[in-house]
Amino acid sequence: MNKIQLELPLTHEAIKDLKAGDLVSLSGVLYTARDAAHKRLIAALEQGEPLPIELHNQTIYYAGPCPAPPGRPIGSAGPTTSGRMDAYTPRLLEQGLIAMIGKGMRTEAVVQSIVQHGAIYFGATGGAGALLAQRILQATVVAYADLGAEAIRKLVVEDFPVVVLIDSLGNNLYESGPAAWAEKPRD
Amino acid sequence: MKEINCAVIEQAVARLCQQANIELGEDIVRAMQQALANEPAPAGRAVLEELIENAALARRERLAICQDTGMAIIFVKIGQDVRITGGILTDAINAGVSRGYREGYLRASVVSDPLLRVNTGDNTPAVIHYDLVAGDALEITVAPKGFGSENMSAVKLFSPSAGVEGVKHFVLETIRNAGSNPCPPIIVGIGLGGSLDKCTELAKTALLRSVGEYNPQPHLRALEEELLEAANQTGIGPSGLGGRTTALAVHVEAYPTHIASLPVAVNMSCHATRHASVTL
Repeated sequence: MNKIQLELPLTHEAIKDLKAGDLVSLSGVLYTARDAAHKRLIAALEQGEPLPIELHNQTIYYAGPCPAPPGRPIGSAGPTTSGRMDAYTPRLLEQGLIAMIGKGMRTEAVVQSIVQHGAIYFGATGGAGALLAQRILQATVVAYADLGAEAIRKLVVEDFPVVVLIDSLGNNLYESGPAAWAEKPRD
Repeated sequence: MKEINCAVIEQAVARLCQQANIELGEDIVRAMQQALANEPAPAGRAVLEELIENAALARRERLAICQDTGMAIIFVKIGQDVRITGGILTDAINAGVSRGYREGYLRASVVSDPLLRVNTGDNTPAVIHYDLVAGDALEITVAPKGFGSENMSAVKLFSPSAGVEGVKHFVLETIRNAGSNPCPPIIVGIGLGGSLDKCTELAKTALLRSVGEYNPQPHLRALEEELLEAANQTGIGPSGLGGRTTALAVHVEAYPTHIASLPVAVNMSCHATRHASVTL
Protein backbone atom coordinates (compact mmCIF):
# COMPACT_ATOMS: atom_id res chain seq x y z
CA MET A 1 0.00 0.00 0.00
CA ASN A 2 1.31 3.47 -0.88
CA LYS A 3 1.94 5.86 1.95
CA ILE A 4 0.14 9.16 2.06
CA GLN A 5 2.63 12.01 2.54
CA LEU A 6 1.49 14.78 4.87
CA GLU A 7 3.14 17.93 6.21
CA LEU A 8 2.97 18.95 9.87
CA PRO A 9 1.24 20.90 11.28
CA LEU A 10 -1.83 19.19 9.83
CA THR A 11 -5.07 20.80 8.69
CA HIS A 12 -8.61 19.47 8.97
CA GLU A 13 -8.74 19.53 5.18
CA ALA A 14 -5.68 17.25 4.99
CA ILE A 15 -7.01 14.62 7.38
CA LYS A 16 -10.74 14.52 6.70
CA ASP A 17 -10.48 11.82 4.03
CA LEU A 18 -7.98 9.62 5.88
CA LYS A 19 -9.41 6.23 6.82
CA ALA A 20 -8.54 3.82 9.61
CA GLY A 21 -5.80 1.55 8.23
CA ASP A 22 -4.26 4.17 5.90
CA LEU A 23 -0.47 4.33 6.05
CA VAL A 24 0.79 7.89 6.41
CA SER A 25 4.22 9.48 6.36
CA LEU A 26 4.51 12.66 8.42
CA SER A 27 7.10 15.42 7.99
CA GLY A 28 7.46 18.62 9.99
CA VAL A 29 7.07 19.68 13.61
CA LEU A 30 5.30 17.82 16.41
CA TYR A 31 5.50 17.73 20.20
CA THR A 32 6.11 14.91 22.66
CA ALA A 33 4.00 14.76 25.83
CA ARG A 34 3.13 11.86 28.09
CA ASP A 35 1.68 11.27 31.56
CA ALA A 36 3.33 13.94 33.71
CA ALA A 37 3.26 16.64 31.00
CA HIS A 38 -0.44 16.00 30.37
CA LYS A 39 -1.16 16.37 34.06
CA ARG A 40 0.59 19.76 34.06
CA LEU A 41 -1.11 20.95 30.87
CA ILE A 42 -4.53 20.19 32.34
CA ALA A 43 -3.58 21.82 35.66
CA ALA A 44 -2.56 24.95 33.72
CA LEU A 45 -5.91 25.00 31.90
CA GLU A 46 -7.76 24.62 35.20
CA GLN A 47 -5.80 27.52 36.69
CA GLY A 48 -6.54 29.65 33.62
CA GLU A 49 -2.84 29.87 32.85
CA PRO A 50 -1.47 29.95 29.30
CA LEU A 51 -0.15 26.65 27.96
CA PRO A 52 3.60 26.46 27.24
CA ILE A 53 2.82 25.37 23.66
CA GLU A 54 0.08 26.47 21.26
CA LEU A 55 -2.02 23.38 20.51
CA HIS A 56 -4.06 24.67 17.56
CA ASN A 57 -3.67 22.16 14.69
CA GLN A 58 -0.70 20.60 16.43
CA THR A 59 0.20 16.92 16.83
CA ILE A 60 1.19 15.32 20.12
CA TYR A 61 3.38 12.23 20.13
CA TYR A 62 2.95 10.16 23.29
CA ALA A 63 6.61 9.42 23.86
CA GLY A 64 9.34 9.66 26.47
CA PRO A 65 12.59 9.14 24.56
CA CYS A 66 15.91 7.80 25.77
CA PRO A 67 18.65 10.41 26.29
CA ALA A 68 20.49 11.38 23.10
CA PRO A 69 23.80 9.54 22.70
CA PRO A 70 26.68 11.73 21.45
CA GLY A 71 26.20 12.82 17.85
CA ARG A 72 22.49 12.05 17.75
CA PRO A 73 19.46 14.32 18.19
CA ILE A 74 17.60 11.78 20.32
CA GLY A 75 17.78 8.26 21.71
CA SER A 76 15.30 5.47 21.10
CA ALA A 77 11.87 7.11 20.73
CA GLY A 78 8.87 4.88 20.15
CA PRO A 79 5.28 5.48 21.28
CA THR A 80 3.96 4.84 24.77
CA THR A 81 0.49 3.50 25.67
CA SER A 82 -2.04 6.22 24.78
CA GLY A 83 -4.80 5.03 27.08
CA ARG A 84 -3.10 6.60 30.09
CA MET A 85 -3.70 10.01 28.53
CA ASP A 86 -7.41 9.36 27.91
CA ALA A 87 -8.56 11.27 30.99
CA TYR A 88 -6.84 14.41 29.67
CA THR A 89 -7.31 14.12 25.91
CA PRO A 90 -10.79 15.66 25.39
CA ARG A 91 -9.62 18.87 27.12
CA LEU A 92 -6.67 19.14 24.73
CA LEU A 93 -8.81 18.43 21.68
CA GLU A 94 -11.01 21.34 22.83
CA GLN A 95 -7.87 23.48 22.67
CA GLY A 96 -7.42 22.65 19.01
CA LEU A 97 -5.12 19.62 19.16
CA ILE A 98 -5.66 17.94 15.80
CA ALA A 99 -3.70 14.68 16.00
CA MET A 100 -2.18 12.23 18.42
CA ILE A 101 0.43 9.55 17.78
CA GLY A 102 0.66 6.63 20.18
CA LYS A 103 -0.22 3.01 20.56
CA GLY A 104 -3.10 1.14 22.10
CA MET A 105 -6.80 1.52 22.68
CA ARG A 106 -8.68 4.71 23.58
CA THR A 107 -11.85 5.11 25.62
CA GLU A 108 -15.20 5.71 23.99
CA ALA A 109 -15.12 9.27 25.39
CA VAL A 110 -11.90 9.96 23.49
CA VAL A 111 -13.29 8.45 20.28
CA GLN A 112 -16.37 10.70 20.60
CA SER A 113 -14.16 13.70 21.18
CA ILE A 114 -12.02 12.84 18.14
CA VAL A 115 -15.18 12.74 16.00
CA GLN A 116 -16.60 15.91 17.54
CA HIS A 117 -13.44 17.87 16.78
CA GLY A 118 -12.60 16.22 13.45
CA ALA A 119 -9.28 15.06 14.88
CA ILE A 120 -7.31 11.88 14.25
CA TYR A 121 -5.39 9.21 16.17
CA PHE A 122 -2.33 7.70 14.54
CA GLY A 123 -0.31 4.67 15.64
CA ALA A 124 3.43 4.22 15.47
CA THR A 125 4.87 0.75 15.98
CA GLY A 126 5.31 0.04 19.68
CA GLY A 127 8.74 -1.42 20.37
CA ALA A 128 10.37 0.07 17.26
CA GLY A 129 11.99 2.94 19.17
CA ALA A 130 15.43 2.66 17.57
CA LEU A 131 13.93 2.62 14.08
CA LEU A 132 11.58 5.56 14.73
CA ALA A 133 14.44 7.63 16.19
CA GLN A 134 16.08 7.58 12.74
CA ARG A 135 13.17 9.69 11.44
CA ILE A 136 13.66 12.40 14.06
CA LEU A 137 16.02 15.12 12.84
CA GLN A 138 15.89 17.53 15.77
CA ALA A 139 14.67 17.44 19.36
CA THR A 140 14.42 20.45 21.68
CA VAL A 141 12.94 20.58 25.17
CA VAL A 142 10.38 23.39 25.15
CA ALA A 143 8.59 22.92 28.48
CA TYR A 144 8.77 21.11 31.84
CA ALA A 145 12.49 20.32 31.54
CA ASP A 146 12.48 19.05 35.13
CA LEU A 147 10.40 16.07 34.01
CA GLY A 148 13.39 14.56 32.17
CA ALA A 149 12.16 11.98 29.68
CA GLU A 150 8.62 13.28 30.27
CA ALA A 151 9.43 16.90 29.32
CA ILE A 152 7.64 18.39 26.30
CA ARG A 153 9.96 18.20 23.30
CA LYS A 154 9.57 19.86 19.95
CA LEU A 155 10.58 17.33 17.31
CA VAL A 156 11.33 17.86 13.66
CA VAL A 157 10.52 14.62 11.86
CA GLU A 158 10.93 13.43 8.31
CA ASP A 159 8.90 10.59 6.78
CA PHE A 160 7.74 9.51 10.22
CA PRO A 161 5.72 6.32 9.59
CA VAL A 162 2.27 6.02 11.15
CA VAL A 163 -1.00 4.20 10.53
CA VAL A 164 -4.44 5.72 11.04
CA LEU A 165 -5.90 3.95 14.10
CA ILE A 166 -9.01 6.09 14.62
CA ASP A 167 -10.09 8.36 11.79
CA SER A 168 -12.10 11.58 12.04
CA LEU A 169 -15.34 9.62 11.64
CA GLY A 170 -14.49 7.32 14.53
CA ASN A 171 -13.61 4.20 12.52
CA ASN A 172 -11.25 2.13 14.63
CA LEU A 173 -8.55 -0.13 13.19
CA TYR A 174 -8.24 -1.93 16.55
CA GLU A 175 -11.80 -3.18 15.98
CA SER A 176 -11.74 -3.91 12.26
CA GLY A 177 -8.19 -5.34 12.07
CA PRO A 178 -8.40 -8.10 14.70
CA ALA A 179 -12.01 -8.92 13.74
CA ALA A 180 -10.81 -9.76 10.24
CA TRP A 181 -8.22 -12.24 11.50
CA ALA A 182 -9.86 -13.88 14.52
CA GLU A 183 -10.33 -17.60 13.92
CA LYS A 184 -13.41 -17.88 16.03
CA PRO A 185 -15.81 -15.45 17.68
CA ARG A 186 -15.12 -14.25 21.20
CA ASP A 187 -16.64 -16.51 23.77
CA MET B 1 34.79 -19.62 50.41
CA LYS B 2 35.09 -17.30 47.43
CA GLU B 3 35.34 -13.55 47.83
CA ILE B 4 33.66 -11.23 45.31
CA ASN B 5 34.19 -7.50 45.56
CA CYS B 6 31.32 -5.04 45.21
CA ALA B 7 33.25 -3.09 42.55
CA VAL B 8 33.21 -6.21 40.34
CA ILE B 9 29.48 -6.65 40.93
CA GLU B 10 28.71 -2.99 40.13
CA GLN B 11 30.68 -3.21 36.89
CA ALA B 12 28.93 -6.46 35.89
CA VAL B 13 25.45 -5.08 36.56
CA ALA B 14 26.21 -1.89 34.60
CA ARG B 15 27.30 -3.94 31.61
CA LEU B 16 24.28 -6.27 31.82
CA CYS B 17 21.85 -3.31 31.89
CA GLN B 18 23.28 -2.09 28.60
CA GLN B 19 23.58 -5.52 27.00
CA ALA B 20 19.99 -6.44 27.85
CA ASN B 21 18.56 -3.14 26.61
CA ILE B 22 20.53 -3.02 23.36
CA GLU B 23 20.89 -6.65 22.23
CA LEU B 24 17.60 -8.46 21.74
CA GLY B 25 17.90 -12.22 22.37
CA GLU B 26 18.53 -14.35 19.29
CA ASP B 27 15.71 -16.65 20.44
CA ILE B 28 13.22 -13.79 20.11
CA VAL B 29 14.58 -12.59 16.76
CA ARG B 30 14.28 -16.17 15.45
CA ALA B 31 10.74 -16.45 16.77
CA MET B 32 9.77 -13.21 15.00
CA GLN B 33 11.35 -14.43 11.74
CA GLN B 34 9.35 -17.67 12.01
CA ALA B 35 6.20 -15.69 12.77
CA LEU B 36 6.81 -13.48 9.74
CA ALA B 37 7.06 -16.56 7.53
CA ASN B 38 3.63 -17.70 8.76
CA GLU B 39 1.82 -14.35 9.14
CA PRO B 40 -0.81 -13.82 6.45
CA ALA B 41 -1.99 -10.31 7.48
CA PRO B 42 -0.23 -7.52 5.52
CA ALA B 43 -0.35 -5.04 8.43
CA GLY B 44 0.91 -7.74 10.79
CA ARG B 45 3.75 -8.62 8.44
CA ALA B 46 4.77 -4.97 8.18
CA VAL B 47 5.00 -4.67 11.98
CA LEU B 48 7.07 -7.87 12.31
CA GLU B 49 9.43 -6.63 9.59
CA GLU B 50 9.83 -3.33 11.46
CA LEU B 51 10.55 -5.07 14.77
CA ILE B 52 13.15 -7.38 13.20
CA GLU B 53 14.81 -4.39 11.51
CA ASN B 54 14.59 -2.43 14.78
CA ALA B 55 16.43 -5.17 16.68
CA ALA B 56 19.23 -5.28 14.11
CA LEU B 57 19.52 -1.48 14.05
CA ALA B 58 19.61 -1.25 17.85
CA ARG B 59 22.42 -3.81 18.05
CA ARG B 60 24.41 -2.19 15.21
CA GLU B 61 24.03 1.42 16.37
CA ARG B 62 24.13 0.66 20.12
CA LEU B 63 20.68 2.12 20.73
CA ALA B 64 18.05 0.86 23.13
CA ILE B 65 15.66 -1.60 21.45
CA CYS B 66 12.77 0.33 22.99
CA GLN B 67 12.74 3.72 24.73
CA ASP B 68 11.04 2.07 27.68
CA THR B 69 14.26 0.65 29.06
CA GLY B 70 12.20 -0.61 31.91
CA MET B 71 12.49 -0.96 35.62
CA ALA B 72 15.53 -3.13 36.32
CA ILE B 73 14.31 -6.47 37.67
CA ILE B 74 17.31 -8.38 38.95
CA PHE B 75 17.59 -12.03 39.90
CA VAL B 76 20.57 -13.00 42.04
CA LYS B 77 21.56 -16.57 42.81
CA ILE B 78 24.15 -16.38 45.52
CA GLY B 79 26.15 -19.46 46.39
CA GLN B 80 26.31 -19.91 50.14
CA ASP B 81 30.09 -20.24 49.91
CA VAL B 82 30.40 -16.73 48.49
CA ARG B 83 31.49 -13.82 50.63
CA ILE B 84 30.77 -10.29 49.41
CA THR B 85 33.54 -7.79 50.18
CA GLY B 86 33.91 -4.05 49.87
CA GLY B 87 30.34 -3.07 50.62
CA ILE B 88 26.71 -4.17 50.64
CA LEU B 89 25.47 -6.38 47.77
CA THR B 90 22.18 -4.51 47.27
CA ASP B 91 24.01 -1.17 47.16
CA ALA B 92 26.49 -2.52 44.61
CA ILE B 93 23.67 -3.74 42.38
CA ASN B 94 21.89 -0.38 42.52
CA ALA B 95 25.16 1.44 41.83
CA GLY B 96 25.55 -0.79 38.76
CA VAL B 97 22.04 0.05 37.57
CA SER B 98 22.70 3.77 38.03
CA ARG B 99 25.95 3.62 36.11
CA GLY B 100 24.66 1.28 33.41
CA TYR B 101 21.65 3.46 32.63
CA ARG B 102 23.53 6.77 32.73
CA GLU B 103 26.51 5.62 30.69
CA GLY B 104 24.34 3.70 28.25
CA TYR B 105 21.98 6.62 27.50
CA LEU B 106 19.09 4.49 28.74
CA ARG B 107 15.92 6.16 29.98
CA ALA B 108 15.43 6.79 33.68
CA SER B 109 11.88 5.56 34.26
CA VAL B 110 11.62 5.14 38.02
CA VAL B 111 9.82 7.52 40.41
CA SER B 112 10.73 7.56 44.07
CA ASP B 113 7.18 7.23 45.38
CA PRO B 114 4.10 5.87 43.60
CA LEU B 115 1.98 8.83 44.73
CA LEU B 116 4.47 11.71 44.84
CA ARG B 117 6.07 10.61 41.54
CA VAL B 118 9.46 12.32 41.39
CA ASN B 119 11.89 10.68 38.97
CA THR B 120 14.99 9.33 40.74
CA GLY B 121 17.05 10.28 37.68
CA ASP B 122 19.12 7.11 37.35
CA ASN B 123 16.53 4.32 37.17
CA THR B 124 17.25 3.16 40.72
CA PRO B 125 16.23 1.38 42.79
CA ALA B 126 16.03 -2.00 41.08
CA VAL B 127 13.62 -4.75 42.12
CA ILE B 128 15.95 -7.49 43.35
CA HIS B 129 15.11 -11.15 43.96
CA TYR B 130 17.70 -13.07 45.99
CA ASP B 131 18.00 -16.83 46.01
CA LEU B 132 20.52 -18.63 48.21
CA VAL B 133 21.94 -21.68 46.44
CA ALA B 134 24.72 -24.24 46.84
CA GLY B 135 28.25 -23.52 45.66
CA ASP B 136 30.60 -20.56 45.41
CA ALA B 137 29.28 -18.71 42.36
CA LEU B 138 27.23 -15.51 42.08
CA GLU B 139 24.81 -15.48 39.16
CA ILE B 140 23.18 -12.18 38.26
CA THR B 141 20.40 -11.74 35.70
CA VAL B 142 19.24 -8.25 34.70
CA ALA B 143 15.77 -8.20 33.16
CA PRO B 144 14.65 -4.66 32.26
CA LYS B 145 10.83 -4.72 32.25
CA GLY B 146 8.73 -2.27 30.25
CA PHE B 147 5.50 -1.17 31.85
CA GLY B 148 3.25 -0.81 28.82
CA SER B 149 2.99 -4.57 29.07
CA GLU B 150 3.48 -4.80 32.84
CA ASN B 151 0.31 -2.72 33.33
CA MET B 152 -1.73 -5.30 31.40
CA SER B 153 -0.77 -8.13 33.76
CA ALA B 154 -3.26 -9.72 36.16
CA VAL B 155 -3.40 -12.01 39.16
CA LYS B 156 -6.26 -14.02 40.59
CA LEU B 157 -6.57 -16.55 43.39
CA PHE B 158 -9.08 -19.13 42.26
CA SER B 159 -10.77 -21.89 44.21
CA PRO B 160 -9.28 -25.28 43.27
CA SER B 161 -12.60 -26.16 41.61
CA ALA B 162 -11.81 -23.67 38.82
CA GLY B 163 -9.25 -26.20 37.54
CA VAL B 164 -7.26 -25.91 34.35
CA GLU B 165 -10.29 -24.54 32.48
CA GLY B 166 -10.46 -21.63 34.90
CA VAL B 167 -6.77 -20.96 34.36
CA LYS B 168 -7.11 -21.01 30.57
CA HIS B 169 -10.13 -18.73 30.59
CA PHE B 170 -8.37 -16.21 32.85
CA VAL B 171 -5.19 -16.15 30.74
CA LEU B 172 -7.07 -15.67 27.48
CA GLU B 173 -9.32 -13.02 29.01
CA THR B 174 -6.18 -11.15 30.16
CA ILE B 175 -4.67 -11.38 26.67
CA ARG B 176 -7.89 -10.17 25.01
CA ASN B 177 -8.35 -7.32 27.47
CA ALA B 178 -4.77 -6.24 26.85
CA GLY B 179 -5.34 -6.10 23.09
CA SER B 180 -2.87 -3.74 21.46
CA ASN B 181 -1.59 -2.15 24.69
CA PRO B 182 1.29 -4.53 25.56
CA CYS B 183 2.83 -4.20 22.06
CA PRO B 184 2.08 -7.63 20.59
CA PRO B 185 3.64 -9.99 19.64
CA ILE B 186 3.76 -10.72 23.35
CA ILE B 187 5.49 -13.23 25.57
CA VAL B 188 3.24 -14.38 28.40
CA GLY B 189 4.69 -15.50 31.72
CA ILE B 190 2.30 -17.49 33.88
CA GLY B 191 2.80 -18.42 37.50
CA LEU B 192 0.64 -21.19 38.93
CA GLY B 193 0.47 -22.05 42.61
CA GLY B 194 2.35 -20.83 45.66
CA SER B 195 0.85 -17.81 47.38
CA LEU B 196 -0.15 -14.34 46.15
CA ASP B 197 3.47 -13.20 46.13
CA LYS B 198 4.96 -16.49 44.95
CA CYS B 199 2.76 -16.86 41.87
CA THR B 200 3.62 -13.36 40.62
CA GLU B 201 7.32 -14.07 41.10
CA LEU B 202 6.91 -17.33 39.16
CA ALA B 203 5.21 -15.44 36.33
CA LYS B 204 8.13 -13.01 36.16
CA THR B 205 10.65 -15.86 36.26
CA ALA B 206 8.79 -17.55 33.40
CA LEU B 207 9.73 -14.58 31.18
CA LEU B 208 13.43 -15.43 31.60
CA ARG B 209 13.07 -18.73 29.78
CA SER B 210 14.29 -18.83 26.16
CA VAL B 211 11.54 -18.69 23.57
CA GLY B 212 11.21 -22.13 22.04
CA GLU B 213 11.83 -23.96 25.30
CA TYR B 214 8.94 -25.62 27.11
CA ASN B 215 8.19 -26.59 30.68
CA PRO B 216 9.65 -30.10 31.19
CA GLN B 217 6.43 -31.31 32.84
CA PRO B 218 4.14 -32.77 30.14
CA HIS B 219 0.87 -31.33 31.51
CA LEU B 220 2.37 -27.84 31.77
CA ARG B 221 3.93 -28.06 28.31
CA ALA B 222 0.52 -29.06 26.94
CA LEU B 223 -1.01 -26.04 28.66
CA GLU B 224 1.66 -23.75 27.16
CA GLU B 225 1.05 -25.09 23.66
CA GLU B 226 -2.72 -24.85 23.95
CA LEU B 227 -2.62 -21.29 25.31
CA LEU B 228 -0.17 -20.16 22.61
CA GLU B 229 -2.41 -21.50 19.88
CA ALA B 230 -5.49 -19.91 21.45
CA ALA B 231 -3.70 -16.56 21.85
CA ASN B 232 -2.84 -16.60 18.16
CA GLN B 233 -6.46 -17.28 17.24
CA THR B 234 -7.69 -14.06 18.87
CA GLY B 235 -6.86 -12.08 15.74
CA ILE B 236 -5.18 -9.30 17.76
CA GLY B 237 -1.98 -9.67 15.74
CA PRO B 238 1.24 -7.62 15.69
CA SER B 239 0.67 -4.16 17.22
CA GLY B 240 -3.00 -5.17 17.58
CA LEU B 241 -3.63 -4.29 13.92
CA GLY B 242 -4.94 -7.77 13.16
CA GLY B 243 -3.18 -11.02 12.33
CA ARG B 244 -2.23 -14.46 13.51
CA THR B 245 0.84 -13.53 15.55
CA THR B 246 -0.39 -12.27 18.91
CA ALA B 247 2.05 -14.21 21.11
CA LEU B 248 5.52 -15.60 20.46
CA ALA B 249 5.48 -17.80 23.55
CA VAL B 250 3.52 -18.75 26.65
CA HIS B 251 5.67 -19.94 29.55
CA VAL B 252 4.18 -21.58 32.62
CA GLU B 253 6.01 -22.07 35.92
CA ALA B 254 4.38 -23.90 38.83
CA TYR B 255 4.94 -24.36 42.56
CA PRO B 256 3.13 -26.30 45.29
CA THR B 257 0.18 -24.44 46.78
CA HIS B 258 -2.35 -24.51 49.61
CA ILE B 259 -5.27 -26.98 49.63
CA ALA B 260 -7.67 -24.02 49.46
CA SER B 261 -6.27 -22.17 46.46
CA LEU B 262 -5.30 -22.12 42.78
CA PRO B 263 -3.27 -18.90 42.39
CA VAL B 264 -2.71 -17.68 38.81
CA ALA B 265 -0.53 -14.74 37.78
CA VAL B 266 -0.23 -13.56 34.18
CA ASN B 267 2.77 -11.35 33.50
CA MET B 268 2.47 -9.73 30.09
CA SER B 269 5.61 -8.82 28.20
CA CYS B 270 6.27 -7.33 24.78
CA HIS B 271 8.63 -8.73 22.13
CA ALA B 272 11.41 -6.84 23.96
CA THR B 273 11.48 -9.37 26.76
CA ARG B 274 15.02 -8.58 27.75
CA HIS B 275 17.42 -10.39 30.01
CA ALA B 276 21.17 -10.80 30.31
CA SER B 277 23.11 -12.90 32.80
CA VAL B 278 26.60 -13.32 34.15
CA THR B 279 28.18 -15.78 36.58
CA LEU B 280 30.94 -14.36 38.78
